[in-house]
Amino acid sequence: MNSRIDSCQFKTISRRGLLKLTPVAVLGAFAIPQLQKPLLKGGLRFSDWASTRLFRSGHLAPTFTDSDLTPFEKFPINDYDVDDPEVDLDKWTLAVSGSVQKPGDYTLAQIHALPKVTQNTRHVCVEGWDVIGRFGGVRLSDFLKTIGADPTARFISVECADDYYESIDIATAMHPQSLLCYEMYGQPLTREHGAPLRLSIPTTIGYKQAKYLTHLKVSHVLEKVGYWEDQGYPEFYGL
Amino acid sequence: MATRATAIEDVRTGEVTQAVYEHPFVVRLCHWVNAVSLFVMVGSGFQIFRAFPSFGAKIPQKDLLDWPKALALGGWLGGALQWHLTFIWIYIATGLVYIGYQIFSGNYKQVLFARRDLPGVWPMVRHYFFFGPKPLTKEVYNPLQKHAYTSAIGLGVLSVLTGLAIWKPVQLSWLAWMMGGFHLARLWHFLIMWAMLAFVFGHLVMVVLHGWNNFVSMLTGWKKDPEYDAE
Repeated sequence: MNSRIDSCQFKTISRRGLLKLTPVAVLGAFAIPQLQKPLLKGGLRFSDWASTRLFRSGHLAPTFTDSDLTPFEKFPINDYDVDDPEVDLDKWTLAVSGSVQKPGDYTLAQIHALPKVTQNTRHVCVEGWDVIGRFGGVRLSDFLKTIGADPTARFISVECADDYYESIDIATAMHPQSLLCYEMYGQPLTREHGAPLRLSIPTTIGYKQAKYLTHLKVSHVLEKVGYWEDQGYPEFYGL
Repeated sequence: MATRATAIEDVRTGEVTQAVYEHPFVVRLCHWVNAVSLFVMVGSGFQIFRAFPSFGAKIPQKDLLDWPKALALGGWLGGALQWHLTFIWIYIATGLVYIGYQIFSGNYKQVLFARRDLPGVWPMVRHYFFFGPKPLTKEVYNPLQKHAYTSAIGLGVLSVLTGLAIWKPVQLSWLAWMMGGFHLARLWHFLIMWAMLAFVFGHLVMVVLHGWNNFVSMLTGWKKDPEYDAE
């Protein structure tokens, strides 16, 4: 036995021990509706910041052999609205604007003229499923060079024929595996998969990889982030 | 590691009882913060799981179970992600403070299951499950408790590692690779959560069985009349 105290002293030190735990009550702020939103927004912003810190421009996403591919018919078609926004494929052009030297409408032939890249990469959906697909197209970085994108610009935003919109940061856009994709499994993109042009970016989450592209804008500031991000999804969801 | 007791003399009756300071402040703080975080992580995790309640292919999708929305947190996938991605930092920070404190204070000897605890396992199992006599101990935790708490800490670490592998399968591809790939990492993450829930269930049962006096020790730090033999 080391020490001896009386029951009054014991009550005092016990009470002190309990009172020291009051900081735990701070977590109760999350239960207050007015505070909950800004707190969760802060948490999400911190996660986005951590994600950008973890991103390495030179680090390649895993690539796979043909035998690892998910069969084409089992590659999900995930739309927020319609499978086929009825793009007029003959008249289609990609409208380029923003901080670029050569804005204007680019045809599919102009995009095809750039060096072709084909890669088997994993497509990860925020819902939790993943598939491995074969994607063909041109490097987004090559296209950005073609249009004379301002090297100090920070974002690439795209708009789509189904009114979907997205944006990616310039580091992700310049990654060697980030594609303007016009082919899947060696065939021209089908309408459900985003004909004639979609994004395929294996270093980021699925909802960033917009289909049926119609506009591409290079900018220093974002007016809106993306269809899902503006409803509460993480803004930077690099994998 | 024998535990030191303090004698408390009742001011009115003069009766003397023993009390032990079982849980240092940092441990108590981490315990309760972590209880909240774990609740949020599991609740929002279930909501995230509801978006694709399967570990198979997307096409054809075979749902493993239809988890009730009432037992999930966040309302929808995006809302749940916000809770999950906010409380993960609290969960990790609490874990680091806790583990750091245990190491630097030496208090880990009270919790960590070690080789010398092995002989005490069987007598304790006999007591808990087969009505055997209660073995005499001189420590705050008996060998089975140590085993449970050490496992829970291990599960906590694994839950973070598997979660990181799912969140960053490209940047942390080595982590996903160690778990058998992104797809399996998601399954491990799910199974580890169930193991953690099994621990929490057992933990709560024991708290109820051991009563108020035991429960109070995680609030004030002190336990009166400890069930073990303190010096």
